[in-house]
Amino acid sequence: MPRRFHITLPLVCFLTPVLLWLVLMIVLPHVDLLRMSLRVEDIEGNVSWGFANYLNFFKEPIYWLTFVRTAVYSIMVTFMTFVVALPVAFYITKVAAPRFQGFLMMLLLMPFWVSELVRVYGWMILLRESGVINHFLTRLGILTQPIEMLYNDVTMVMGLVYTSMLFMAVPLVSVLESLDDSLIEAAYDLGANMGTILFRIVIPHAMPGIVSGSIVVFMLTLGNYLTPNLMGGKNSLWFTEQIYNQFIASFNWNQGSAFGFLLLVLSSLVIWVGLKLTRQKLSRVVQ
Amino acid sequence: MIRSLPNSRRYLYSYKLYMGLYFTFLFAPLVVTCVLAFNDSQFPALPWKGFTLEWFTADLPHRVGIFHDRMNLESIWVSAQVAFFVTILSVTVGTCAAFLFEQEEFPFKPALYFLMLSPLVIPGVILGISILLFSNTLGLYCETRWGLDVPLFRPGFWLVVLGQFSFIATLVTLVVSARLRKFDRTLEEAALNLGANRFEAIWHITLKFLRPAIVGAAAVAFLMSFENFNTTLFLTGSETTLPINLYLQVRDGSTPVINAISFLLIVGTSLAAVANLYFSRKQE
Repeated sequence: MPRRFHITLPLVCFLTPVLLWLVLMIVLPHVDLLRMSLRVEDIEGNVSWGFANYLNFFKEPIYWLTFVRTAVYSIMVTFMTFVVALPVAFYITKVAAPRFQGFLMMLLLMPFWVSELVRVYGWMILLRESGVINHFLTRLGILTQPIEMLYNDVTMVMGLVYTSMLFMAVPLVSVLESLDDSLIEAAYDLGANMGTILFRIVIPHAMPGIVSGSIVVFMLTLGNYLTPNLMGGKNSLWFTEQIYNQFIASFNWNQGSAFGFLLLVLSSLVIWVGLKLTRQKLSRVVQ
Repeated sequence: MIRSLPNSRRYLYSYKLYMGLYFTFLFAPLVVTCVLAFNDSQFPALPWKGFTLEWFTADLPHRVGIFHDRMNLESIWVSAQVAFFVTILSVTVGTCAAFLFEQEEFPFKPALYFLMLSPLVIPGVILGISILLFSNTLGLYCETRWGLDVPLFRPGFWLVVLGQFSFIATLVTLVVSARLRKFDRTLEEAALNLGANRFEAIWHITLKFLRPAIVGAAAVAFLMSFENFNTTLFLTGSETTLPINLYLQVRDGSTPVINAISFLLIVGTSLAAVANLYFSRKQE
């Protein structure tokens, strides 16, 4: 049954700016992205339409390998972020003395108020060949010669985990806060061990938080440019760098649009599958 | 296991060790960056050569502190202006959206709500290139059709503002909606019964109630805009914002001036965070 509604002045006043925002800044630009990705321009400047830009993507192994690599690493980073953040969230909500909780929460949030660039820069001066860690290790005689710890995959993954930590920890804390302690107590009294409690009580209860954290972390990692670029160095091969190169370096906007659209499809697809697998809804997860 | 259950000493100690390591991991890069801002050396690295404030105050040929560094100061100013306009725009539109989705009924509401959420799952880089492409298309159209050259459609200040606004408005909407949901609508009805029209009721009653959420959302919007990199990267023109400017410097080799800027950012945002926490506690 259609809902009854009237066109009233307040409705018009609220709807107009929102429609302008969503249509002009979200819908039309993405339609244009799709349109431009189908546009093919040859050397003489003749324009035709077709899937050539997408075919290029599949023909050049470097493109689709980078794409797969980015996707796999992003999923890995999401999982690692979860594994690191869960004990932290559990400690703050369930183990720490209540009077420290506020303080610990503030400590947890503080670094993320600072720009991502500053944090990545901090890691760079810690890890590079002339960096602080190398300085101490050579001083202590553990290393005879400083080694380059930046510009490899392990460092890059660590940097990505670091960067996105907050977006996993906060939803986990808020979801674990609502977990009734007596459930854990009951399980303990009935003889459950830690593994059982973790997998049968804590994780099922935390599922909405895990899903929303994972979605945000995955999306941010997939779309990250700074961390792979600065910590992964020349061979970080992150897909956003391919997009950047097409747009800024080669000035091939049509190819870049095709890459951008593929990345958008990938991120939407993984998020959609994640939501379906865990039976969550996007509108519930974001709250 | 948890507070109320008996825990072995080993469990508690190893858990505390884990938390200690975690917070070291969290703070190490920030602490190192801050400390090296005061090192009397040409490079942001150890060994420690003595304490100096020159990376803030100096104006020497070989060493220019941040307070005399024209380029970086200008980019800070650009970032502040961008953040100001983004905050105004996204708070206005976000609050409208909150009222729209919480209090109004209209066809296709769920679809529009879904669309409003979508910037949360669109990577910032994609948002940046889409808006760049679209504005370019519009610019070309205006030029070929009317022979008009519209500066708004070229990469630059206003395009950066619009690009950041497009996703920050979603966050404002969510924050304000959450508070609006707790609002007792009978208060508005009382105002209407007493002869106010809908806008007077909203202005005098509802917005007063929403004020903490709006102030909080504005602070977050300002900060997110000030620090945004991904979307801005594609939309910026000749006036670069601070994160882009810092990125270019870090990529091409760094000096302790960057540490000095980082130090100011860290101190500034920490103070803002503490103030925000203090005021939100006081509200409750």
